[in-house]
Amino acid sequence: MAITDDVLVIGGGIAACTAALSAAETGARVRLLAHKKSTLRQASGLVDVLGYVDGDGPFSDPYAGLDSLPEDHPYHIAGEDGIREGLRIFDEAVGDAYQGGHTDANALVMTHGGTMKPTARYPESVAPGLTSSSGDMLLVGFEGLTDFDAPVAADHLTAAGVPFDVRGVTVGFPKSFRSDAKVTRFAKALDRDESVAGGTVRSVLADAVAAELDGETRVGFPAMLGDDHDEDVRDELADRLGVPVFEVPTGPPSLLGLKLEDMLFDALDEAGVRISSGNPAVDFEAADGRIETVLVDQKSRMTPYEADQIVLATGGLVGKGLDSDREHVTEPVFDCYVPHPEDRYEWSDPEAFGNHAFARFGVVPDDELRPTAEDGEPHFENLRAAGGVVGGADVAREKSASGVSLATGAVAGRLAGEEASQ
Amino acid sequence: MNKSPSVLVIGGGSTGTGIARDLAMRGLDVTLVEKGNLTHGTTGRMHGLLHSGGRYAVSDQPSAKECIVENRVLRRIAGHCVEMTGGLFVQRPEDDDEYFEKKLEGCRECGIPAEVLSAEEAREVEPYLAKDIKRAIKVPDGAIDPFRLCVANAASAIEHGARIETHSEVTDVLIEDGEVVGVEVTHKTGSGPYVHGNPGEVEEIRADYVVNATGAWAGQIGDLAGVDVEVRPSKGVMTIMNTRQVDTVVNRCRPKGDADIIVPHETTCILGTTDEEVEDPEDYPEEGWEVDLMIDTLSELVPMLKDARTIRSFWGVRPLYEPPGTGTEDPTDITREFFLLDHESRDELPGMTSIVGGKLTTYRMMAEKISDHVCEKLDVDAECRTADEPLPGSEDFSVLRDYMDDFNLRSPIGRRSVQRLGSRADEVLNSLDTNPVVCECEAVTRAEIQDSLKSAGTDLNSVRIQTRASMGNCQGAMCCHRMANELAPEYDEATVRASLDDLYQERWKGERHAMWGEQLSQAALKHMLHATTMNRDEDPATVDTDVDFGAFDSGSPSEGGSTSGTTSDAVADGGQTPQDDTRTTGGSNGDN
Repeated sequence: MAITDDVLVIGGGIAACTAALSAAETGARVRLLAHKKSTLRQASGLVDVLGYVDGDGPFSDPYAGLDSLPEDHPYHIAGEDGIREGLRIFDEAVGDAYQGGHTDANALVMTHGGTMKPTARYPESVAPGLTSSSGDMLLVGFEGLTDFDAPVAADHLTAAGVPFDVRGVTVGFPKSFRSDAKVTRFAKALDRDESVAGGTVRSVLADAVAAELDGETRVGFPAMLGDDHDEDVRDELADRLGVPVFEVPTGPPSLLGLKLEDMLFDALDEAGVRISSGNPAVDFEAADGRIETVLVDQKSRMTPYEADQIVLATGGLVGKGLDSDREHVTEPVFDCYVPHPEDRYEWSDPEAFGNHAFARFGVVPDDELRPTAEDGEPHFENLRAAGGVVGGADVAREKSASGVSLATGAVAGRLAGEEASQ
Repeated sequence: MNKSPSVLVIGGGSTGTGIARDLAMRGLDVTLVEKGNLTHGTTGRMHGLLHSGGRYAVSDQPSAKECIVENRVLRRIAGHCVEMTGGLFVQRPEDDDEYFEKKLEGCRECGIPAEVLSAEEAREVEPYLAKDIKRAIKVPDGAIDPFRLCVANAASAIEHGARIETHSEVTDVLIEDGEVVGVEVTHKTGSGPYVHGNPGEVEEIRADYVVNATGAWAGQIGDLAGVDVEVRPSKGVMTIMNTRQVDTVVNRCRPKGDADIIVPHETTCILGTTDEEVEDPEDYPEEGWEVDLMIDTLSELVPMLKDARTIRSFWGVRPLYEPPGTGTEDPTDITREFFLLDHESRDELPGMTSIVGGKLTTYRMMAEKISDHVCEKLDVDAECRTADEPLPGSEDFSVLRDYMDDFNLRSPIGRRSVQRLGSRADEVLNSLDTNPVVCECEAVTRAEIQDSLKSAGTDLNSVRIQTRASMGNCQGAMCCHRMANELAPEYDEATVRASLDDLYQERWKGERHAMWGEQLSQAALKHMLHATTMNRDEDPATVDTDVDFGAFDSGSPSEGGSTSGTTSDAVADGGQTPQDDTRTTGGSNGDN
């Protein structure tokens, strides 16, 4: 017998979680079908809505740029209301762990590359380090970590004209690991406050940083200040230093991204969403223009999942919600239409940060976020799409990745839930 | 005479650095000039095949004989640059039996060890060969790292007193009284100890003799000297796969054709190649169909290549030469032998010789021949020692080590580092107390990056080719910025950023030829990391816009975000206003 729900959401990232939470709000019985670890471990953990359009920006008001987006941008379907709905669902899901909800304005957050970027929501641990807030800043990097060079990042911020003084120092981590240890090893040592010569990891680190502190009123570290006990780590360091301590978001493996993933899955549990994870959706059965069954490959057998409404939130090229070969770009689960230039050399631009066609690859949604075929008609009555699998947004250049996932997830989930409940 | 004769070598590829080393070891006063960095031309753009000679055993036996001799020499003197993979010439059912026999016979005539393997035996060596192959000939082909080889030659030349001058383009050949007496070079922006001139500065370098070792560019130097060097540049594409689908060199056993070789190289395989004459060695089309041809044709030998992941493609030009009047139409028919063009006997222009043709495998022999020639011209009596003295890094090393104990590195990282560094491993890997991994794909640690920076200056592409950092599956997504960070604190932030941008753009250029499937997914991730996570495309430090900091969220008032209230205060007591245009001098703020 097939597993039956009202709404089946396929995917495990921000869009899928938002769609599932949104659908659950309508009272529908919802299941999330996640394959493997989402791409959140590769993301910074920041939630951007809109920072730039065509090189204009950074926008302090993300909504001000909506009108300049191209016609086929998914924000035009979700609308400002959809974006706000997505942010509301997000804020409720993560609670105090994220900030930024007190205002419509974007914040500027520094990145581990030493740049800053406009973002709508940021983890609590990042908040004291906003470059759009005041206070001279000391950045601390570690000799054993190559991803974040604090002096370079400090000089970079200064070159960007931030309205405060910023200085970077590199210190030795109190505990020495094998030369090729990963960031998680550093985080664990702080979590457990392991004993080292002269005290514990936290106290010795604080002493080393205190010796460098020269009137700065906030201190930033790469985002590895603990994992399970991150608040304790930050509080203790801040106490010992006498100034607020913050984290700088990093690239993969991103502890902030992984923590966000955990929070979203906790919220799904709380909302009563059922979760099946570990296996990919690979095929389906349809009749009369409706998907009746989604088939999940469980290695030894194909397991059928039935639902009245389906939301496809499998991600874009990075999340493998889109696939390609030398000639074609495809959506592998339902084979939805994905427009793309015939010549694969037109998929990308010769300039590394140019206007890449691949950045906008994805399914073409109708006004209810249903993927359409080449003739503009929906492939299936009961299939909607959300997040990276939806085309038309250049989320990298716009700094809109999370926002597009939240907005399309919220709208697709709500529509699916309402439809299923009728 | 108490001063040694001086020789100027033009060209910093394998031949040029090989000549510089040879002549310096013979006691001559050598200067080498190169317009880019070392390996800038053909040497840096080849598939790294160490020929057994088997490839030329039918069509070009003199070349084949040279190859097998030098194959043995390089194994001896350049062990840390060579991987003896072995090679196969594989026959498919549609390939000619007669040619197979000729190949076998040719190998034997040229002294190349060759053994016939049945289809089953061949598949035991290479399990992914097509099911329907007929048989194969086993030969001692190998893989060689041209970058490491060139750098080692240059290092040895310097040890023997040579001056190596990169980023110095020859803009004129000086002729006085009908004789070449030196060159004029224009120094460009470059970095590292190989550069001694100031950018834009024009320098005359006089020498007793000039050697033109510029390969495909030899005609251009000839033009400056007023002599004809009819080199015929011929382009070839190489496509890099993400893993080693084969562990030996796999050749197609048929007379000639495009896309007939797969060379395992470090963690990858390189598919090659085409052979098409071009007008200009620096400006020729790089076309998608060439990449498709590699994959489609070589899948006939190794079917799994059809759906395998490629990580990038690149093109190189061969410096083909044939004596005037030969009139060969097809570049694949042109001999791979090398030629010394003595411009005195040929063009009545004493003081200069050009070397053209040849191939990487015979670079040392070419260098020896031309060094003999130069010594004869200058009446110097000195023996060539390059066939016996190992290159720096290959003196005495064993890769059987306990890496964990020796270098505090996990075994795979230690092993690969030691393979790259050869006998310099201890000196380099123990140079730092903390030695984190900078490039995970290729297992490159900070110590190795720092070591390469000594000769690379701010040129991260040079660091890349020396160490392989950023050349793995992720194509620099995770490590380009880490490599750039290694330039600090010696270089300032603006330099770090500019070097990062250069490297990132270079990595993108080749990866575009692999953008489908897994690698498109990887490229999309790279784009997200650098554009989204790090906002490098709209970096306020680089983009010419003023940020109105006061208009942005300064943190939740109820939470402990900001320490001193609103942003308008920030401008008042923060010093620099956001309207300040002079960003590059903004650093003074932080240092007060």
